[in-house]
Amino acid sequence: MNYFVIVLGAILVNNIVLMRFLGICPFLGVSKRISTAIGMTFAVAFVMVLATIVTYLIQVYVLDVFGLSFLQTIAFILIIASLVQLVEIIMKKVSPALYQALGIFLPLITTNCAILGVAILTIQTDYNLVEGVVFAVANAFGFGLALLLFAGIREHLELQNIPKGLKGAPIALISAGILAMAFMGFSGLV
Amino acid sequence: MDQWKNFTKGFIKENPVFVLLLGMCPTLGVTSSAINGLGMGLATTFVLVMANIVVSLIKSQIPDKVRIPSFIVIIAAFVTVVELMMEAYLPALFKSLGIFIPLIVVNCIVLGRAEAFASKNSLGKAAVDGLGMGLGFSFALVLLGGVRELLGSGKLFDFPIYSENYVSLLFVLAPGAFIVLGYLVAIINQVKKN
Repeated sequence: MNYFVIVLGAILVNNIVLMRFLGICPFLGVSKRISTAIGMTFAVAFVMVLATIVTYLIQVYVLDVFGLSFLQTIAFILIIASLVQLVEIIMKKVSPALYQALGIFLPLITTNCAILGVAILTIQTDYNLVEGVVFAVANAFGFGLALLLFAGIREHLELQNIPKGLKGAPIALISAGILAMAFMGFSGLV
Repeated sequence: MDQWKNFTKGFIKENPVFVLLLGMCPTLGVTSSAINGLGMGLATTFVLVMANIVVSLIKSQIPDKVRIPSFIVIIAAFVTVVELMMEAYLPALFKSLGIFIPLIVVNCIVLGRAEAFASKNSLGKAAVDGLGMGLGFSFALVLLGGVRELLGSGKLFDFPIYSENYVSLLFVLAPGAFIVLGYLVAIINQVKKN
């Protein structure tokens, strides 16, 4: 039951992009085509789960034990940056096909605040390791859901007759606002 | 004159939020009121100026290949300083900004200025650039926060302007952030054209 609440909360009620405002850069940057949105989603999901596991272990077995929790920000961002680099190297070697598909998104992920955000939120809400992993997976799904919905809307927007001043970024932001309004309907669900 | 141009470019011409669309997460996340916007803007300004100064000072010592990770460590150090100072002296603001304080680390503006400007320019220029960009970012956040606060709760900087019976709560909630920013970007684009 508890896991169900975490999953539903992360995907619908507190959607990471539309309600928590994390990962807005890729949300606006790579949502012009559905195909790139799918690639970005999988790359984010992969790194997010891995990063949450590693940062959790470092927090509990290193930072807490030695009373270094003030180093959290520095430690976490270093872990995420090196993790992304490592994933890139391994992926290139093991599965060139996957690297072809996700490779271009990987460098962008280091500065995706959704990754660091989920890692910090996992610690702040006192989740244990399993709950943390469930939370990370659910958030990755939530990110993907928002990104895909938005990519679909933007593909349509390109064909519409939009007032000149609102073309490009402004209309994208306003559509995102309306999408966020739709997600507000889920509040109070859990 | 040159320094002055360098300083003012961050306000309208190269405003990180309205024109470059960088640092969107804190921009949307913390601007439910003008005060929160100002706090976040000044915290980011501090990190920007300090990171630009340090990067500019040691730019010749950093090997090219590890330059991005080194910049990130420098930035993270100053973010930790801000985090601890704010928790000690401004606990209320610290609480309302929440997770977005540590997330200054991954604010694209900070890394962007370190990489694009500070690593190529002298100390003075880099500091002025950081200050200008930071204040431009703060200006954007205060503007966005002010509009949202005014429409959503009838106040400005916590000072009541009109009756709460006429407010539209939507603007302090998540959708309002996107919608107000969308219109502000459109207006700034228009201002820049003229």
